[in-house]
Amino acid sequence: MTIPFSYIVRNVAARKLTTALTAGGMALVVYVFATVLMLAAGLEQTLVMTGQDDNVVVIRRGSQSEVQSGIDRRQAGIVESLPDIATGQDGQRLFSKEPVVLISLPKRASDKPSNVVIRGVTPSGLTLRPQVSIVAGRMFRPGTSEVIAGRAIADGFKGAGVGETLRFASRDWTVVGVFDAGRTGFSSEVWGDAEQMLQAFRRLGFSSLIFRLADPGRFDSVKQAIESDPRLTLEAKRETRFYADQSETLSKFISYLGTTISVIFSIGAIIGAMITMYASVASRTGEIGTLRALGFSRLAILVAFLVEALLLGLIGGLFGIAAASTMQAISISTMNFQTFAELAFSFTLTPKIVAASLLFALAMGFVGGFLPAVRAARLKIVDALRAA
Amino acid sequence: MFIPLLILRNAFRHKLRTILTVVGIVVAITAFGLLRTIVDAWYAGANASSSARLITRSSVSLVFPLPLTYAQKIRQIEGVQAVSWMNWFGGVYISERNFFPQFAIDAQSYLDMYPEFILSPEERKAFLADRSGAIVGRKLAETYGWKVGDQIPLRGTIFPGTWNFNLRGIYDGADKGTDQSTMFFHFGLLNETVKKLYPRRGDSAGLFVVRLRDPGQAAEVSAAIDATFKNSLAETLSETEKAFQLSFVAMTEAILLAIQAVSYLVIVIIMAVMANTMAMTARERSAEYATLKALGFSNAFVASLIFAESIGIAVLGGVIGIALTFPLAHAFADRMGSLFPIFFVGEETLALQAGAALLVGVVAAAAPAWHTARVRIVDGLRAVG
Repeated sequence: MTIPFSYIVRNVAARKLTTALTAGGMALVVYVFATVLMLAAGLEQTLVMTGQDDNVVVIRRGSQSEVQSGIDRRQAGIVESLPDIATGQDGQRLFSKEPVVLISLPKRASDKPSNVVIRGVTPSGLTLRPQVSIVAGRMFRPGTSEVIAGRAIADGFKGAGVGETLRFASRDWTVVGVFDAGRTGFSSEVWGDAEQMLQAFRRLGFSSLIFRLADPGRFDSVKQAIESDPRLTLEAKRETRFYADQSETLSKFISYLGTTISVIFSIGAIIGAMITMYASVASRTGEIGTLRALGFSRLAILVAFLVEALLLGLIGGLFGIAAASTMQAISISTMNFQTFAELAFSFTLTPKIVAASLLFALAMGFVGGFLPAVRAARLKIVDALRAA
Repeated sequence: MFIPLLILRNAFRHKLRTILTVVGIVVAITAFGLLRTIVDAWYAGANASSSARLITRSSVSLVFPLPLTYAQKIRQIEGVQAVSWMNWFGGVYISERNFFPQFAIDAQSYLDMYPEFILSPEERKAFLADRSGAIVGRKLAETYGWKVGDQIPLRGTIFPGTWNFNLRGIYDGADKGTDQSTMFFHFGLLNETVKKLYPRRGDSAGLFVVRLRDPGQAAEVSAAIDATFKNSLAETLSETEKAFQLSFVAMTEAILLAIQAVSYLVIVIIMAVMANTMAMTARERSAEYATLKALGFSNAFVASLIFAESIGIAVLGGVIGIALTFPLAHAFADRMGSLFPIFFVGEETLALQAGAALLVGVVAAAAPAWHTARVRIVDGLRAVG
């Protein structure tokens, strides 16, 4: 025979302040837990979506980011003549030679400078990234000092809005458009004409080469061809892999810190649940005795108190997730340690995170409620009745 | 004597509950202290900087080098006492995971400018004499078990190839705020190799360090330096060392703010736990408190009993928490390796921890104390726990 569920619910509702405080503590813990997971998921999604699986990025061997890399025109020419590169609709090879540099721009909010990626692109470079679309203004005209800014940069940095000008490399560059690249790293970049950038920054070589494979399955042989050619000092990576590698340190840092904090916080919340449940047991000793005398088994008592604790956890979990889901409106812009450049990403709530957070909340309730439930179940009928 | 005893007995009437509460506070205060220490570590570079030094770098961004000839021109500017230069090397030791900063420095002028890096005269001489020599901080040497005379191979990311350095000295910091996790080697070695491989990239420095004759002139001198190179191919941006370091902090401000927010959140959580404890305690004893009032004790007296008990428990947890922060911070610093070169629990952190514990105690007692003081004796006596 089991104790009716409504009896358990009423017990939770009986002492409102205590229930609210305990569930509130748990809700805060779940909120932090979910927020951190959302941050890590947002970062991961941003970088995974930045890359296309059939695109290949080539940088100088040993350099970890495009900014550190340098590729001269001779080497670029050799790579461009590889047979496996796809051709676009206009018959041109889908191959982009891009200079990438960092410039420091002041943020709109704080006036503090941060590093922003400036990328010189070619027409085929735009074809290679179908996720990019102009949302305000227009595209830059090739051969001019015009640039377009990613949405995160246009919103976050001074001088990067449509019609404003940016000054770098002894030139004034007019921002003529804002582009949206969805949740990708490109939204945190400024784009201009590749040849203009090379001249302005007085560069002889490019930073990276990006091309699309005619047959995505041929990646390994292309990689082999590039990396074993004695004339080339380059390495090739799939674009997806390339961007995932770039955020490794940052995402590790976030998840490491997040896990540590969640563990510490959950100890606090479990203790809170334990105190509440012990008090609940103590104040209902007589009741428990009565229930036992009526014929409810020890197991039924144990289950009843555990369900009560789980209910507390569930309430906390639901409120925590509700609070965390409001964070989706916020986007974070910070420096990626590895590329040394600004990267904007937002909190992303996935079904997996909802499930994980709920499970985490229930686990806290379970751990917090187990010992008190055992105590309740082990009470002797006579003693319990006498206590009342 | 009677009243403190009463409070003590009250506090430990439910031993398990009190112990659990104390453990909760210990965890919260320790976590708070650790998070504050992490935030402090972020600012450590800025705090250790000298006001007598300026940093001059390319106005475009740090990745653009400046011509080495600028050193001469900067030296001629009024108010400049000495100039040194350095380059970020960005090498990898065995694997990417072993990150630590490496700089190519103009050794003689750099070591003169940074007296906080303490090197024995013999080691200094040996380093200056060996073209492929290097010096590392004490903490870095301990992390990788290096001894003077060891060879350190680094794989270049910005400057390709494998570079071998002979460890000629291990420096100590002048105080615990000095960075002891950096490796320095000779700028000359880097420059010669770069000139051979990439003639266009030679004879350039990542940034210049300028020592001022008078720290009060920082603004004028940095303006004068930037004016000198205005409208040249490589314009400069000069600022005090502190402003330079703070600009790095600002770049990761979002993360920093999150950590700070979380450190306060942990206190709020423990407040909820502690408030819960006190609310239950007071409710169970409402009959007793009513009896005290019936005997003629004032409302304020009963309220102060609750406050004293709450604050006592919170302070006990706070003291243990503060004590535990030190070993925990030490263990954390060991785990993170050279990510945080400077890591110690500051005095401000300790004060904040103590303040937070006290605050938790006071806030937790507020509602039950107010309620108990206000409730009529008759109702209190009638109440059943």
